[in-house]
Amino acid sequence: MAQVTLRDVKKVYDGKVVAVRDVNLTIGDGEFLVLVGPSGCGKSTTLRMIAGLEAITEGTISIGDRVVNDVHPKDRDIAMVFQNYALYPHMSVEKNMAFGLQLRRLPREEIKRRVTETAGLLGIGELLNRRPKQLSGGQRQRVALGRAIVRDASVFLFDEPLSNLDAKLRVTTRTEIKKLHKRLRTTTVYVTHDQEEAMTLGDRIVVMSAGRGVGVIEQVDTPLNVYRYPKNRFVGAFLGRTPMNFFDGRLVEAEGEVWFVAGPEDAPSIRLAMLPKHTEALRGRVGAEVTLGLRPSSLSEHPMGKETAAHSTIRSQVQVVEPLGKNIDVSCELLDGSPMLARIDARHDFPTSGEVKFYVDMEHVHLFEPGEFGASLLHPEGAPQNETATLASDA
Amino acid sequence: MSDRSPIESATGPLAKLARPLTFVALVLLGISFVVPFVWQVLISLSDRSEVDRLTETGFPSRISLDAYVRVFDQVPFAKYFFNSFFVAGWVTLLQVITCSMAAYAFSRIQWPGRDKVFLLYLGTLMVPGVVLMVPNFVVILGLGMFDDYTGLIIPAAFSAYGTFLLRQFMLTIPSSLDEAAAIDGAGHWRIFTQVILPLARPGLIVLAIFAFLFNYNSFFWPLILTQSENLRVLPVGLLQFNTTYGSDVPAIMAAALMAMIPPIMLFLLLQKYLVKGIQLGAVKG
Ligand SMILES: Nc1ncnc2c1ncn2[C@@H]1O[C@H](COP(=O)(O)OP(=O)(O)OP(=O)(O)O)[C@@H](O)[C@H]1O
Ligand SMILES: [Mg+2]
Repeated sequence: MAQVTLRDVKKVYDGKVVAVRDVNLTIGDGEFLVLVGPSGCGKSTTLRMIAGLEAITEGTISIGDRVVNDVHPKDRDIAMVFQNYALYPHMSVEKNMAFGLQLRRLPREEIKRRVTETAGLLGIGELLNRRPKQLSGGQRQRVALGRAIVRDASVFLFDEPLSNLDAKLRVTTRTEIKKLHKRLRTTTVYVTHDQEEAMTLGDRIVVMSAGRGVGVIEQVDTPLNVYRYPKNRFVGAFLGRTPMNFFDGRLVEAEGEVWFVAGPEDAPSIRLAMLPKHTEALRGRVGAEVTLGLRPSSLSEHPMGKETAAHSTIRSQVQVVEPLGKNIDVSCELLDGSPMLARIDARHDFPTSGEVKFYVDMEHVHLFEPGEFGASLLHPEGAPQNETATLASDA
Repeated sequence: MSDRSPIESATGPLAKLARPLTFVALVLLGISFVVPFVWQVLISLSDRSEVDRLTETGFPSRISLDAYVRVFDQVPFAKYFFNSFFVAGWVTLLQVITCSMAAYAFSRIQWPGRDKVFLLYLGTLMVPGVVLMVPNFVVILGLGMFDDYTGLIIPAAFSAYGTFLLRQFMLTIPSSLDEAAAIDGAGHWRIFTQVILPLARPGLIVLAIFAFLFNYNSFFWPLILTQSENLRVLPVGLLQFNTTYGSDVPAIMAAALMAMIPPIMLFLLLQKYLVKGIQLGAVKG
């Protein structure tokens, strides 16, 4: 068991390609940390530096209280699961799992015991004599997991281990990995580009991006906090099963309140009053261009709190209605033609065309500065301190 | 329908003709390979006095195995055989070892200037062997390897071609395997011997076949590098029939036929690997 620390880590490939920089992370002992972000943002690079498969250009990485920058992978006490599993094709499942233990000169009976035990844990006991070629994708995945677990290393590293499985298997294996972690409590760093996988697995998630040409960390927090309090538009857009709606507009002051207005002055497509608790912070921004971020689930047919029609509704024309079971997805168009998606409680007689008025859950709207990486105006530092504290003490 | 190959299922008058034409062409080609071989067998079975007239008669009047006996009587043919096997065997073993190690260094280890050095090494393939003959000879002489097995074996124990072949092969092995092994606790030596070598086996076999055949057939280098009778390899030995004893054509043919047996056996035994080797570097499945 160990804590992993990354301090000002930077990676430059071939002296020119800056893959990641300014990576600062502390992965607690026993924590499950997920690195998530779009392709090319440096997730794998970061993980491989922890593993010792890539040299660290700048900064330090420690495992436990030992700086491991110059330590060979085999001496870092880590185990890794690769995207393509990297099982040794010429060895049986048993040998694949035993290889690392043999190299560490464990006694034969001890190896046998551990392999059998781990294989039982993963339900691959009957496959021990097969070659990787004779296994299905899901079985290979388990063997790869087994090879990592059997070593009893103090840190597990996963690089997109589920991406070669079909959708259904991915979900069940995800649950199993979570169960395994609950049981083994090994410090884990897990890389994925799938936000749903990240949200469901991580104790905390690290959202990375390469939008500014270099891989950087955008936000680190618990899944719910990152979801609720995205620090900038990129994070807001990246997380969530349905994409966040964005509307460009401006802030105006009227009737003692600050309003978000989009569209022409005389016939605005959106006009929403920001909550009184934000008025103070937003007053200085009045007149400025801002972007409103609205999750489809923050819209509803009925007021969710103290919303009133005059302060917090959006009118729209229904285009397409998609029933999903408990919810329906309504694709609609605002006055100015901009599209909006609403996910609301299902009902049979929801109109499939015509005008509909949606209430907006003002507690959960987001305001960003313009641009893809526009900073959040309402919570630029992410989750409020007290909120994080309560969540942490719950755990 | 579905198990038809695209060629078979193609239609049109040209396509219909294509198959028989291909067939005829292949048969003609096959005959052109077989005829000289059959001729060689016939000569080896003829009487020495009859050889000159064989082009007219087309078939020996009397089949005799005398020429085969003469081969062993007149020259130490068994010794030639042994020498050829001994030299080609050692060269093959050493080439597989040196080339696989070099290929590992050129494909699995990152070091500055690696690919440039490799190109340079490959470049030596461009230099015609004849050009190097004299300098090599001088070096061998200086090292005291003249007229000795070591002179036949050591210079041939390294091969740019073999290194290239194995490097290409190793490049097709995913690097995540080395990485997994490194994390599992293996150093370079273990990764090489326990992961890469077993996976490169088809490549090693191909190299072994090529190296053996090439050295088993090599003539010029052994010719200039040896003097003693008991160091002669088969191709050099065959020369004896021409010089010392006039020109005993049936004996030459008989000896050549016998010398061909090991390569043919080798080929038959390992042909599936050879085909794989030819496919190397082509589309990999
Ligand atoms: N060996 C390498 N040499 C040069 N550049 C590299 C190398 N490996 C990665 N890069 C570059 O570094 C950046 C980060 O790559 P990395 O593989 O870490 O991304 P990733 O987040 O894992 O992406 P993906 O989701 O596609 O796996 C990319 O711009 C990539 O092109
Ligand atoms: Mg990656």
